Amino acid sequence: MSTSTLLETRDLGCIRNDRQLFERLNFALKAGEMLVVEGPNGCGKTSLLRILTGLRLADGGEILWRGEAIDRLAGDYYEQVNYVGHHDGSKHELSCLENLRLARAMGVPSELDLDDVLEQVNLYAYGESEVGSLSAGQKRRLALARLLATDSLLWILDEPFTSLDKASMEMFSILFEQHLQREGVIVITSHHDISLPTMAVQRLDLGKPS
Amino acid sequence: MSHRLSLGQAFIFLLRRDLLLALRNRAEYAMPLLFFVLVITMFPLALGALPELLARIAPGIIWVAALLAAMLSLDSIFRSDFDDGSLEQILLSAHPVAILVLAKVSAHWLVTGLPLLIVAPLLAEMLGMTAAAQPTLLLTILIGTPILSLIGAIGVALTVGLRKGGIILSLLVLPLYVPVLIFASSAIDNAAMGFDVSAQIYMLLAFLLLSVSLSPWATAAALRMSAG
Repeated sequence: MSTSTLLETRDLGCIRNDRQLFERLNFALKAGEMLVVEGPNGCGKTSLLRILTGLRLADGGEILWRGEAIDRLAGDYYEQVNYVGHHDGSKHELSCLENLRLARAMGVPSELDLDDVLEQVNLYAYGESEVGSLSAGQKRRLALARLLATDSLLWILDEPFTSLDKASMEMFSILFEQHLQREGVIVITSHHDISLPTMAVQRLDLGKPS
Repeated sequence: MSHRLSLGQAFIFLLRRDLLLALRNRAEYAMPLLFFVLVITMFPLALGALPELLARIAPGIIWVAALLAAMLSLDSIFRSDFDDGSLEQILLSAHPVAILVLAKVSAHWLVTGLPLLIVAPLLAEMLGMTAAAQPTLLLTILIGTPILSLIGAIGVALTVGLRKGGIILSLLVLPLYVPVLIFASSAIDNAAMGFDVSAQIYMLLAFLLLSVSLSPWATAAALRMSAG
């Protein structure tokens, strides 16, 4: 098992509405590790995640992927990243399959057949249905299905369990576990308890002054 | 190991996706075209039976209507993608965002610009435009409307994150549309009088090349700012 550091931050800072949400944030994630970002509402969890994706610029510090700054890697970094944010990022007028095909076209397609992907997230029967007609939990499952439809090492998940039922939460916890076993990396925020048997879980509490 | 699609395939894919979305939201996308036709139809009614006057101001009417119709349709380039989070996914794509932006703008032009080209001869006939000017009219629309979409995309990208960006959008974009308006209507005027129009057409072509080569990059940068 390789132990090289994949994702690393150096003195990361974030200012929002003239408030310093966090500063000098340092962490390093090795292959197969997961970072759970915790803290009360408004403490900068989503901001941190968006900074890690490169969607938002950090107000100081830098993010390294395999030792190289992500803004220099650009596309080579993005093909390693899969982000599921507050918004599902699915088009309501398109079917589940059409949405997943688009996700594949934008990233690196995985070897899984799309029908198998839908099967894994229990949406097999809805492949041709318009996303607009699905329930909130089903839409969430489709957004998370992107993680399986594309091949990427770093999963950045912002409250992935929103509107999911207990069975689905367990199902995705297992998928996360498998991703870590494949030497992937996960950064996650969640108000739900994530019960992973993995040893490699780091916790980062943004609420506490460090 | 599977690999990402080639850039060309990703371009075609996004273009097709946007056309498919337009097809499923037909009513929304038909609005600008309807507006274009209605505005131009109102002029003969309002001005009365003055064929010479109508023929004289026809180039201006058609181009002003085309400009406003384009303005009306701009927001749809990125609005829904911004609202449902697909814009984030596009920005996080492994492909260069500028090229993906170009795909979206091309789809926007095919849906909103091309229809104007198709109805324009009919409207020109209705306004009594001389036959000599009509090929030039079509040529200016063919070259001019993509410029409107390309420049407009920068404006939308800058304002899509604002809650009430509509007014700022028009203030940002309309001044940049003015050169297109001037050269296009002047070309049609010249054609109607039987003069050479190559100078204006070359200027429009220059604008088009400039906006194709610069606008996608500016739009991509603006989208990053809006999404951040």
